[in-house]
Amino acid sequence: MNLIETTGSHHGLERDDEARRGAKAMTSWQNNRGARDARIAAGAGLAHGKVVQARDATRLLEAVIRPGDRVCLEGDNQKQADLLSRALLAVDLSRVNDLHMVQSGVVLPEHLDLFDRGVAKKLDYAYSGPQSARIARMLFGGKIELGAVHTYLELFARYFIDLTPHVALIAAVSADRDGNLYTGPNTEDTPTVVEATAFKDGVVIAQVNEIVEQVPRVDIPADRVHFIVKSDKPFFVEPLFTRDPAAITEGQILTAMLAIKGIYAHYGVQRLNHGIGFSTAAIELLLPTFAERLGLKGRIATHFALNPHPALIPAIESGWVRQIHSFGSEVGMDDYIRARSDVYFTGPDGSLRSNRAFCQTAGLYACDMFIGSTLQIDLAGNSSTVTTSRIAGFGGAPNMGADARGRRHPSEPWLKAGAEADPDSPAALRRGRKLVVQIGETFGDKNVPLFVERLDAIELAEKLKLELAPVMIYGDDVTHIVTEEGVANLLLCRTAQEREQAIRGVAGYTDVGRRRDRAMVAQLRERGVIRRPEDLGINPLDADRSLLAARSIKDLVRWSGGLYAPPSKFRNW
Amino acid sequence: MEDLNFQHQVRARASGTRRSAVVGVVASGNLEVLVERALPDAQCVVDIRTAAMGFGEIWSAVIGDFVERYSPGGLKFSINDGGARPDTVSLRLAQAVRLIAEDGQ
Repeated sequence: MNLIETTGSHHGLERDDEARRGAKAMTSWQNNRGARDARIAAGAGLAHGKVVQARDATRLLEAVIRPGDRVCLEGDNQKQADLLSRALLAVDLSRVNDLHMVQSGVVLPEHLDLFDRGVAKKLDYAYSGPQSARIARMLFGGKIELGAVHTYLELFARYFIDLTPHVALIAAVSADRDGNLYTGPNTEDTPTVVEATAFKDGVVIAQVNEIVEQVPRVDIPADRVHFIVKSDKPFFVEPLFTRDPAAITEGQILTAMLAIKGIYAHYGVQRLNHGIGFSTAAIELLLPTFAERLGLKGRIATHFALNPHPALIPAIESGWVRQIHSFGSEVGMDDYIRARSDVYFTGPDGSLRSNRAFCQTAGLYACDMFIGSTLQIDLAGNSSTVTTSRIAGFGGAPNMGADARGRRHPSEPWLKAGAEADPDSPAALRRGRKLVVQIGETFGDKNVPLFVERLDAIELAEKLKLELAPVMIYGDDVTHIVTEEGVANLLLCRTAQEREQAIRGVAGYTDVGRRRDRAMVAQLRERGVIRRPEDLGINPLDADRSLLAARSIKDLVRWSGGLYAPPSKFRNW
Repeated sequence: MEDLNFQHQVRARASGTRRSAVVGVVASGNLEVLVERALPDAQCVVDIRTAAMGFGEIWSAVIGDFVERYSPGGLKFSINDGGARPDTVSLRLAQAVRLIAEDGQ
């Protein structure tokens, strides 16, 4: 009973009652709320307040989840609700089955075991890094009914339209007795998942590392959380963004030098996102050395949408970086971030607040450049990390690596790229262009060529009868390709043939590279479409590891003043 | 293992007086290059022992471009390859030429 009903006029009450009687006879408008309340009531028997013992987690899930439900099992890029995924795997199949999993990351073996066991049937996801080989086998074997492979923002968007979870199983650092959650530095997807679930009559169950009197900060308010399960072990977090400087090659250093001089400096790129490969780690480590000597400090690489990459520590310490917003955190970076709150986003408790949905939006709309690696690039510039035996998913790259058609604010690099692509349109009506740079060595791991005539993704789509080949970045979004052989500026290509030859012209000794039209490539070089190291005043013999601001993980620790605490697998001293 | 051998006629003699030099290491994805000033001025020989089979065509292209670009006359290169990428091979060859172009022993 609410206030208006109890104090309404006599006349009004009559009408309301009539309306209610009519609605009862015809249709109810609160079925979902009723169903949600019934689920919560079914689980409440296992709970003290909201708290459920870890040993009762499976029984809780059996009570709350219904066959065929859409379930978001928090599966982020890094943070994993591992206790809840094990609990879900153990359910009685007669009570819980045929679930439709809607989760951004398929990362743990248990995420796929759910399909092997028949707990789950259908999958909509975005990223499957460590499970990429197994997910491919299971798709081919028909074990998983695939909805689609999404980008993060795309899947998050569908949480609010047609993939809203009935139940969300999430992970947090701590909870208080009321259910307020502290998600800590790895907040990642949690606010988005909870928003979509809790406000559309879904049930939210959180695993937490500890239950405390008062949480350090409220990341998720208690009235959006229905059950809390205390885990014996902290939730699993994978260090995904740590690149050991010791493994950076001279080829990667050369490629990084070409990118800095040929693209960062050329366009004056200040706001950007980096991928997680070694080439971009090399760029981060060349900012305080090579780029500093070029006088670029303050002119490039000042604002990032980026996870807390340890490789960026020397640039931060040298005063290069003004601000970083992060999708997630990185293992070992917590104390450093806390001590550098001028640079990172932090809460009143001092620790990082990450948020994948906001950071993806920032990367899409407020960054002028994305630069990252890929596994395959075809002759039109389409790129994919899918191979015939691995489906790694997309994660964030397609959002970062796409021109935002809704963008309206100008900036120097955006306008300059737009003018290069379309010199003839009147400036006031010309769209700018996001710089989308694919960087890599012409031959990757085990001498597998980066450049191909035809993407494996097409073969995969044919075999799985998918309507769309899983292309990570479409060719018409890619503006530059950088390899050790040079920089290809695709904005300056006017025909498909020019584009193909520009790509072949930086494809080195791969089959694609050796089949170039030498005369046309020479012509493209004269026009500045292709720029070789010597065209940029770079001597490949100068690409030396001594240029790296840090040459080991230990160097990074030293740069951080001891604040960076690398995970043990990166400690070799 | 595969052995490859390339012989080229070149425009000019490599500069410097040093007799020999070594760059790189034999490791996975890397290579060691021994260069010796041991041939007539218009000749260049490259001997390759590689762990990766079936890349003869790529080696031929890499060595051809290298000779064209650096004109390493009088030099004999002996390569011990641990499956290096072509760009690493080009870089090591260029480093070897730079090193032997120095004066001295």
